[in-house]
Amino acid sequence: MLSWITFAPLLVIPPILLAPRSRPNLIRWLAVLGTAVPLVLAGYIFMTYDRAGVGINEPESFQYVIKMPWLESFNIQYYMGIDGLSVSMLLLTALLSFLCIFASWGIEKGLKGYFSMFLLLEVGMMGVFCALDFFLFFIFWEVMLLPMYFLIGIWGGPRKIYAAIKFFLYTLFGSVLMLLCMLALYFKGGQTFDMLQLMQGNYDSSTLTLFGWTMNFARVMFIGLFIGFAIKVPIVPFHTWLPDAHVEAPTAISVILAGVLLKMGTYGLMRISFPILPEATLWFAPALAVLAVINIVYGALCAMAQKDFKKLIAYSSVSHMGFVLLGMASGTSQGMNGAILQMFNHGTVTAMLFLLVGVIYDRAHHREINGFGGLMSRMPVYGSFTSLAFFAAIGLPGLSSFISELLVLLGGWKNFPGITVLCSTGIVLGAAYMLWTLQRVFLGPLNEKYKDLPEINKREIFTLVPLAIMTIVFGFYPQPILNLLRASSNHLVELVWQADRLGIR
Amino acid sequence: MSLSNLDSLRYFLPEGIVALTILLVLGADGISRGRRGGLNAAVAIAGMVAALAAAVTQIGMPSTFLFMGMLAFDPFGVFFRVFFLAVGVVVVLVAHPYRELSREFTGESYAMLLGVVMGMMLLATSTNLLMIYLALEMVSLPSYLLTGILRRDSKSSEAGLKYVLFGAAASGCMVYGMSLFYGMTGTLDLVELRNALAVTDVPGSALMVATAFVLAGFGFKISMVPFHMWSPDVYEGASTPVTAFLSVAPKAAGIAVLLRFCLSGLATAQDGAYRAFYGLDWPFLLAVLSAVTMTLGNLAAIRQENVKRMLAYSSIAHAGYLLMGAVLLSTEGIKAITFYLVVYGLMNLGAFLVVIAMSADGRRETFADYRGLGWRMPLLAVPMAIFMFSLVGLPPFAGFVGKVYLFKAVVARDMWWLALIGVLNSVVSLVYYARIVKTMFLDEPGESPLPLPRVPWMHVALIVALAIPTFVFGFRFGWLDRVSSYSLQILSGS
Repeated sequence: MLSWITFAPLLVIPPILLAPRSRPNLIRWLAVLGTAVPLVLAGYIFMTYDRAGVGINEPESFQYVIKMPWLESFNIQYYMGIDGLSVSMLLLTALLSFLCIFASWGIEKGLKGYFSMFLLLEVGMMGVFCALDFFLFFIFWEVMLLPMYFLIGIWGGPRKIYAAIKFFLYTLFGSVLMLLCMLALYFKGGQTFDMLQLMQGNYDSSTLTLFGWTMNFARVMFIGLFIGFAIKVPIVPFHTWLPDAHVEAPTAISVILAGVLLKMGTYGLMRISFPILPEATLWFAPALAVLAVINIVYGALCAMAQKDFKKLIAYSSVSHMGFVLLGMASGTSQGMNGAILQMFNHGTVTAMLFLLVGVIYDRAHHREINGFGGLMSRMPVYGSFTSLAFFAAIGLPGLSSFISELLVLLGGWKNFPGITVLCSTGIVLGAAYMLWTLQRVFLGPLNEKYKDLPEINKREIFTLVPLAIMTIVFGFYPQPILNLLRASSNHLVELVWQADRLGIR
Repeated sequence: MSLSNLDSLRYFLPEGIVALTILLVLGADGISRGRRGGLNAAVAIAGMVAALAAAVTQIGMPSTFLFMGMLAFDPFGVFFRVFFLAVGVVVVLVAHPYRELSREFTGESYAMLLGVVMGMMLLATSTNLLMIYLALEMVSLPSYLLTGILRRDSKSSEAGLKYVLFGAAASGCMVYGMSLFYGMTGTLDLVELRNALAVTDVPGSALMVATAFVLAGFGFKISMVPFHMWSPDVYEGASTPVTAFLSVAPKAAGIAVLLRFCLSGLATAQDGAYRAFYGLDWPFLLAVLSAVTMTLGNLAAIRQENVKRMLAYSSIAHAGYLLMGAVLLSTEGIKAITFYLVVYGLMNLGAFLVVIAMSADGRRETFADYRGLGWRMPLLAVPMAIFMFSLVGLPPFAGFVGKVYLFKAVVARDMWWLALIGVLNSVVSLVYYARIVKTMFLDEPGESPLPLPRVPWMHVALIVALAIPTFVFGFRFGWLDRVSSYSLQILSGS
């Protein structure tokens, strides 16, 4: 099951490469097929997933498990399975990948290459969320790098090459640190890459000597892994690749980047750092909370200063991911539930935002916020979608982000009240820049240059509608998602925070 | 446990075949004078394939010392013999249609190439200091000639001369170091040397000086810093097939002899773990050199505009990675080295084959000439991208697995600083490897000043044949793992 959902896109690549160049629509529909299979399977998983499954460190409660030896002498396994942490991410990935194929309909150059790379990217993303063996996880994690490099570098905007190599270097830097930590844990954790077995080990009493300094092993590991994941999230100060990559990437890739790839950083922290190194997590949680505030406030302030529509949304992502970090650091089940829910909601909302920017860019060929004005009168449907997405991003009650941000703030209040107050200013700032942008682009007198701008077309509406529906429905009724993740998320909090207090460990 | 001369011949079959082939190639040259030299290449390839077959059938035979303890026959040696022969076959296959080389001296150049191969086979199996010296010279002398063989090219001549001067100095140092060892212990045999060092009270400083001098000779072959200065000029000046050969094979030979010298001469083996002699911290010395080598190689490679030169510096960096495995004194380290060597051979030869294809008429060596290649010649560019990413060490390519083996061995010995420097170097190397990929795929073709080369189909087939394992070993490496587990056994006597 999980193998199919992961590798189905791979099977479509050869037919795409063999398809005649003269029939671009055939290639496009093949790509649709390649992403539809995982979507259908994800739907099936959504129906059949047992909501009570705990996962995290209990092997028997993982679902759809596949476990096969891969290389005995290294003790590497092909070990996949999902629990509450990964299932919502899996759904998000399948949905966004499917929609993004439609969002890339307008790509003309190197069609075969583009869709092959895109499908390869989906393989990597799915694999990361399914893998339970650290080595396997790492391979999938790195497999995403190459397609991303080419997708930004070939099909991107004017400064694409700079953005692509910057993204590549940053991420590789993070992942080589992760590689070292992985190998170190392999030896300290009993010669295995199996994440669940690594969680049994106790790493706190060990030490490590580097350039003559003796340090606590677990904390060094945590920092090493943290840098790897933080670059992906991105956590300030590792965020500088993000605005460049986002601005230069084609629309669909921005959507994937913001919608899925950013979540991998926080997912990695939850899946690997927290349960394997709980003591170090407790040690680091306050710092994580502080970083969360910086992300939220700094991201929002940067967003406010932007003139480029896409850059604004990129920085707003930095800000919104801060809420995920706060929820994770909070050490409460509300906070953790909120964090995962926020990952999902941010995925849908920010995907909408990027799709919408793509729509206007395709028509006007620029993204200067100040270069528009009064578009509402020309493009009412487009304007309404954008308003919905903006209000969702602000966290207006009744839309999905509100619930997750509220949960995070409630959870954070308990252990870090001061920090939480500061975080909530981020919502105010968010409202400020979003509304200001809305006003500059859609209200006011119509810019004469754009009085003939065509309205949003059916294909574009098709990509937006599912996301819009989810934003509204989960704003009133978040249970479908919350139920998926609650058991695992509560268990994770217990594992890291409560066990310590009760003296179990 | 060492066999007499006559009994040893059975184990010496591959070397014997190569020696015979050298004579046959020279003979064939007389017949085919004036023609394009297809006969010479055919004889050379047939000879090496026969030797390869002979070497492969020797897998599994029990380890023993040959020729009264001059050579060792062990899995480690078998691995390297097969490796050198395989590299030799590939290089002759691509060198043949290469006009620059086949214009003159075809017979001689193949004979010299075979001589280098034979020297390397001996070098990897020598267990006697004198034999090591002779084998090293047998590798070096034809290499100098091969580098300088393009008489009309001043770059080639300069490179040849530079190579000779550096090589002479290095081997002089090495002989001096060996004489010091002889003076201290009264023996040239590695095993006896170790036993003598264990009992006699030799001052640590004298031992250090002798070791450093001997390492100079090996370091020259591996292009280890600070004995690396020759390699960029030589690699750039020599004809590209020769460069491809020099960047892989002698480097592996140098690593092989370094391992054998250090592990059977300077360390005692106990239960698969080696221990260096007290008072002589050569592992630390080598570790520092390894870190410096990879860092310097990578930093210098970034600034290059000539692709051949870039690959030369990158091969210095890879020598640094390989040395990481040598300092660990663990069987895991040796295993990682043999694994990485196979992978390195595949990807580096592959990369050079693409460069050969591009510069077949002696032009198109700079980055600018690769612009837009991805859209114009995907059959060259896609394998090149695979080789480049594999050289960086990205999954799912073989280079990644090779690096994992190396770093795993380093981490197992708790040498954190070395591992950290190693992985950071991988990130640095991305800058220049990705630059080629960028030039090929991301840059617009623009107006290329030179027409694209015509590449023989066999050349393309060979490139693809190297690219496939580079990719497949990235996720299915069980077979290679078994090969390297077998090859890590070094016969070191008692």
